[in-house]
Amino acid sequence: MTDKPELDGHSGVFTTGHEWDGIRELNTPLPKWWLYINYISIIWAIIYCIFMPSWPGLPGMGYFKGLRHHSERANVAVALDKLQAARAANAQSLTSVSLDQVENDPDLLTFAMAAGRSAFGDNCATCHGSNGIGSIGFPALNDDVWLWGGNLDEIKQTITYGIRSGHDEAHFSQMPAFGRDELLSVSEISDLTELVLAMGGSDHDQSAATRATVNFDEQCSICHAEDGTGDRYQGAPNLIDSEWLYGGSRRAITETITNSRFGIMPTWEQRLQPWTIDSLAVYVHSLGGGE
Amino acid sequence: MTQKKTNKTTIIGGTKPGKGAKAHASHGIEAVDAQAVNSTESRELYASRVQIHPKLAHGLYRKIKWLLLFATLAVYYVLPWIRWDHGANAPDQAVLADFAGRRFYFFWIELWPQEVYYITGLLILGAFSLFLATALFGRVWCGYTCPQTIWTDLFIVVERWVEGDRNARIKLAKQPMRGQRLVKTVIKHVIWLLISFVTGAAFILYFHDAPTITPAFFLGKAPGSAYLFAGILTFTTYSLAGLMREQVCTYLCPWPRIQAALTDEDTLEVTYRGYRGEPRGPHKKKDSWEGRGDCIDCNLCVAVCPMGIDIRDGDQLECINCALCIDACDGVMKKIGRPVGLIAYDTEKNRQRHECGEKPKLNIIRARTIAYGSLITLIGALMVVGLSTRSMLDLNVLRDRSPTYVRLSDGAIRNGYLVKVINKGTKTRQFEISFSGLSDYSIKVIGQKITGKTVLISARADEVRNVKMYVTLPKSQISVSGSSIPISIDVSEQLADGKIGETQSNKSVFMTGMK
Ligand code: SF4
Ligand code: SF4
Repeated sequence: MTDKPELDGHSGVFTTGHEWDGIRELNTPLPKWWLYINYISIIWAIIYCIFMPSWPGLPGMGYFKGLRHHSERANVAVALDKLQAARAANAQSLTSVSLDQVENDPDLLTFAMAAGRSAFGDNCATCHGSNGIGSIGFPALNDDVWLWGGNLDEIKQTITYGIRSGHDEAHFSQMPAFGRDELLSVSEISDLTELVLAMGGSDHDQSAATRATVNFDEQCSICHAEDGTGDRYQGAPNLIDSEWLYGGSRRAITETITNSRFGIMPTWEQRLQPWTIDSLAVYVHSLGGGE
Repeated sequence: MTQKKTNKTTIIGGTKPGKGAKAHASHGIEAVDAQAVNSTESRELYASRVQIHPKLAHGLYRKIKWLLLFATLAVYYVLPWIRWDHGANAPDQAVLADFAGRRFYFFWIELWPQEVYYITGLLILGAFSLFLATALFGRVWCGYTCPQTIWTDLFIVVERWVEGDRNARIKLAKQPMRGQRLVKTVIKHVIWLLISFVTGAAFILYFHDAPTITPAFFLGKAPGSAYLFAGILTFTTYSLAGLMREQVCTYLCPWPRIQAALTDEDTLEVTYRGYRGEPRGPHKKKDSWEGRGDCIDCNLCVAVCPMGIDIRDGDQLECINCALCIDACDGVMKKIGRPVGLIAYDTEKNRQRHECGEKPKLNIIRARTIAYGSLITLIGALMVVGLSTRSMLDLNVLRDRSPTYVRLSDGAIRNGYLVKVINKGTKTRQFEISFSGLSDYSIKVIGQKITGKTVLISARADEVRNVKMYVTLPKSQISVSGSSIPISIDVSEQLADGKIGETQSNKSVFMTGMK
């Protein structure tokens, strides 16, 4: 065993000088380019630590902010302000004209549709589905059925104040829970269900439906109208079309009559800017069912 | 083994034993002390790179190369400054890849992103042209027009201007790095960096409006990508043309490998006519040329070679066919009164023919040149026809898929379509959209009141006009049709005189919701 580095004849490189079970190793230096990159990285790291936020938990000052005072959060705020400023002109003209005028101005319409689409995705699609396809209990917005009216101003009104949201201006109506509150007996409700099924054109028990006509006239027609076509003023659904917000099965209708429904849509007045609500109204109106 | 160490300071053609620096080659010609960097005798497995100091050549090919160098650099720097009217709302730069505006402009041609296949066609055309040129003339691309060659040549001009020609540079390289050598080295690298920066900065002009981006760039107001790419190009120009040079061709570039498959025995290549040159050796004025070759072993061909190789060793991977050795040797031949062309463009077949005593001839029309030529003609013709008959009106119809259809309260079915009318022209134009394939339907357009069954819209120059349409089919129609009805959406341009201009039609379907 030798502890002196020897020169290796083949490679021209010295060995480490140590021997492991008869094996000696060349002490080949690191490639220079590799080493320099390592040094440059170290220098870079030091520079980085000086200029950028680096050390956490410093007594008295929290983290070290760096000479550049860089903050991603602040950058986002600036970027968002920039975005708002870029939208300001269009947003301004959007709120200064009527919604009908917006629809007739191609540029404003494009802006409102784009803004409306993204606002819809962020706020409305959770319940109303993407592109407003709706689901059980949450009205589809792309068909021609509107509980509270489907023209631009009515849509805007609904978005602004909501439905049963608690806001003074919100749409409000309440159907009695005929079963739960014992206004009608179980068999009367069962008969009424058959009548409602008949109105919607579904399979039904005709004699039961006939039995229910008196109750319908007394209890239901005030809101749903005598012919069952509903009343938008009270948000009372049309019972003779093929659309059912909570399902058109016997079971679903019985449940509705027994326990009533009380769907709530929040008011967006506080949460969205007026121009965003305008864009949303235009967007929802454009989904196909707008009146 | 320490030979490796001493090699580091070896200049190409480090003194060969037994050869003085001023060896005599023939009358008026002194042998140059030059040795090929890749010569088999001195080649080692782990040798470091040997710095090459090419001597300035004079002659026909050097002149052609000066011209091409000037022309290609001029095109590169001037092209983005040429103005061209592309119509309203469009930039007025003749050649521009406008990523922000998603257009590619080339003089009278304006391409939209969906027409990127023209650029593919251009690339294919370029590739086949290279194939053809290579099959005919070997590595002409490498020798004359490759940016690596052009910029290396330019950098060597600077080097020569600062440090002198080959001999002076070799002498300088042997001095310690201080005083004169230090000053010259610094000057050289500063000029190189300046050229590199101008190269990198010119690159971004192809992606931005040149007169706007130039001041913005220096005021620090250009987009970050501009600085990034200018920086990258500066770095690559400096390192590839200044520091790495011939190593790029020999080790990095894939093209030399591909070319090996593109040339054949009829390809014209820079060739040393060994049958004429050998046996080589110094020649005295009075001696006869009988029984010996024309090569006087002056090594000038090696000294001028930017790749540092010896063409007399035969075809080599390193040779970029720059023909500078032809210039060098022709100069020598003229001086010693022998016919030029000891080194010349020639084919392997001709060398064989010479051996068999046949006459040399050129065989330009061969299977591969015919194949490349016809492909170039075909693709070129396709591109020309495509570009000249290209429609200025385009149409894309996107049918609503979520949901595919909407059932209305009276049982009618409604489908939604986003009709994109693309006006590629330079003026605002009027278009009529109509449907065919349905009967008894009604339509509704967002943002427009319609009475009939057609829609009139106008699209500005260079605009994609999005028209959201709803088509409703009554219940009576639904029940008599299958699950989907094929329809077509037709757009026709309405000219001012009431005539129909360009038309486009897109097929789509109407989903009825029936099983
Ligand atoms: S051998 Fe001749 S043609 Fe080849 S690279 Fe050298 S100088 Fe150019
Ligand atoms: S080939 Fe020509 S240039 Fe090269 S050594 Fe011979 S004579 Fe000189």
